[in-house]
Amino acid sequence: MFRTAGTTRSPRAGAVASPGEDAARFEVIDLEMKRHRFRQDALIEVLHVAQEAFGLLRDDVLLHIARGLELPPSRVFGVATFYHLFTFAPRGEHSCTVCTGTACFVKGAERLLAIVEELTGGRAGETTPDGRFSLATTRCTGSCGLAPLAIFDGEVVGHLSEEEVARRVGGWTGHGSE
Amino acid sequence: MDLNDLIALADRERADRAPVELGVCLAASCQYSGAEQICRSLSETVVAGGLAGRVRVRKVGCLRLCSEGPLVRAEGEGTPPVLYRKVTAEQAPAIARAAGGAPADGVATADLNAPFFSMQRSIVLENTGRVEPERIESAIAAGAYRSLSLALHEMSPEAVVDEITRSGLRGRGGAGYPTGLKWATVAKMPPGQKYVVCNADEGDPGAFMDRSVLESDPHRVIEGMAIAAFAVGADQGFIYVRGEYPLAIERLDTAIRQARRLGLIGSDIFESPFDFRVDLRIGAGAFVCGEETALLQSIEGRRGQPRPRPPYPAESGLWGCPTLINNVETFANVPAIIREGADWFAGIGTQGSKGTKVFALAGKVRNTGLVEVPMGMTLRAIVESIGGGPPEGSTIKAVQTGGPSGGCIPSDLFDTPVEYEALKALGSIMGSGGMIVMDQHDDMVALARYFMGFCMDESCGKCVPCRSGTVQLYRMLDRIERGVAAPEELERLEALCDMVKHASLCGLGQAAPNPVLSTLRFFRHEYEAKLIGKNGEGTHSPIAR
Repeated sequence: MFRTAGTTRSPRAGAVASPGEDAARFEVIDLEMKRHRFRQDALIEVLHVAQEAFGLLRDDVLLHIARGLELPPSRVFGVATFYHLFTFAPRGEHSCTVCTGTACFVKGAERLLAIVEELTGGRAGETTPDGRFSLATTRCTGSCGLAPLAIFDGEVVGHLSEEEVARRVGGWTGHGSE
Repeated sequence: MDLNDLIALADRERADRAPVELGVCLAASCQYSGAEQICRSLSETVVAGGLAGRVRVRKVGCLRLCSEGPLVRAEGEGTPPVLYRKVTAEQAPAIARAAGGAPADGVATADLNAPFFSMQRSIVLENTGRVEPERIESAIAAGAYRSLSLALHEMSPEAVVDEITRSGLRGRGGAGYPTGLKWATVAKMPPGQKYVVCNADEGDPGAFMDRSVLESDPHRVIEGMAIAAFAVGADQGFIYVRGEYPLAIERLDTAIRQARRLGLIGSDIFESPFDFRVDLRIGAGAFVCGEETALLQSIEGRRGQPRPRPPYPAESGLWGCPTLINNVETFANVPAIIREGADWFAGIGTQGSKGTKVFALAGKVRNTGLVEVPMGMTLRAIVESIGGGPPEGSTIKAVQTGGPSGGCIPSDLFDTPVEYEALKALGSIMGSGGMIVMDQHDDMVALARYFMGFCMDESCGKCVPCRSGTVQLYRMLDRIERGVAAPEELERLEALCDMVKHASLCGLGQAAPNPVLSTLRFFRHEYEAKLIGKNGEGTHSPIAR
């Protein structure tokens, strides 16, 4: 959750990768598999690298990994869908991840999330249909001294007030796409 | 490398200290508040001001008072240390120029003699905030890997296990299983492939102790694992870290590479026949992987679903081999126990709970941050003295320990000492160390619903009591919270809690009802006030079946 909506570089919604870019990304995956000597227990490590390269896990990428590690596709899909950090949908232009850990919860994270949802018209865990905003929640980033906090386009901002959230998200909605 | 090389390296590093040392906290929390920029600004001022011979800027780990970050600690010869708080990049030049004299003007400082610091006792965190986590030389100068050398050259594996057993150390991951007993079980298994695993999947929301240790003093954990491996006869270790902790992963990775380069892990460590390799495994956001059998599945590259025990991992763990699993904080205690001896450690704490415990103090309290206290200190001392009590306009109502597996302890029971049994008796648990303070505005039913929502999302789906039970419990709590539940639903809630607690496969499900049961125990009136038919708000409605 933290990575998918916060820090990974990923293609924007609707952006189509050129075949050359794709080939380079597959090569990154192949290198990682080789580094692990194609051991099947490296599946999760390889999935992390694949998601880092592609920004999401596409079906053809998962099949490629299944072939490389000689695992049944069902196993690869089963593992990829089990863990929250893996994502299968393209990310929006902007992302906002609100921490909903206990410390943030008692300091009003739900209200902050509601403001973000209202301003963007999106819902946590989804990307808006126009591909502009990806909203997510994370169950604790482990920086509870900064509660409540959220991650705006990869930047972690702590001690958030409702006004600050509105200002940041308003900046995205107000100035059109950058 | 042998012991003499290690000592020589430590001496060189210690001799290389500048008269004034500025330690900038670069743990995650301060980093998010702009600490890197401050670090750059400090270094630039030092260079530009020709202070290089006198002032050294060091990138250290957690300085504990997280809510006041970014933090910078200035230590000069002959002057008491100063802790600057809420430092901005603009203030950095003044701090560098103050260089060990009087504290820089106009920069806020924290009182290092305040109870927040003076009441703490550091074992696990003894080098946290002092050593540079990205430089192994700095850790070695502070004594890292000396205990490993001691164990390898002057102790037998049995003696190491015995030392840990006599120390009374218990698992710091939450359950409190005696560490020595666990080690002895793995050590007694027939020789052959064995593994040591460090559980760094700190998934409890509101807990950041392990993150801080890994980001601040990673070599301590690696050393603890190596000593454990020597004691039980393992030659391969895995550290399973949460994917949500990118900085901890990066620093561990660096630490492992540096230790390998110096031959402190690898083959023939300290010129003994002992081999030990360590690999990192990165979690992918599944809370259930903190459960040991699920964690092992995940290391093997599978879905993190628990399996019934026995067999325990000590007998049959990774790839069916005997496997020792301990938490980060447990391993971090080991080098100190080997160095100072079991009796020293057993002299700290209480009858049943020895040593110290690290807590992540957060919520409605003035000082939030990382706290290490001797076992047996009262909750009141932690919350009111160390934590500084509630912020203005707030009255503390309860503290939550143990996250989604723990419970809430009301403020009138704050004289309870923190120890495994005392907290258990109150329906909570020690847990891994998250401690969230709540005030009069916090609604206990909403909190119980919040934790149940967490468990519902995180249930792996393998066993029915947890998979379905958490969903039903969440719905019941939601109905109560929304004020549409009839009085008899409270009894059903309790009955279902009992079922989920006793019938679930693993700790996640077994402990999922704890936040509900504990809030019911101490704050039942908050539940009852929301039921239909109470407070004269009409009678049972047909909707509220």
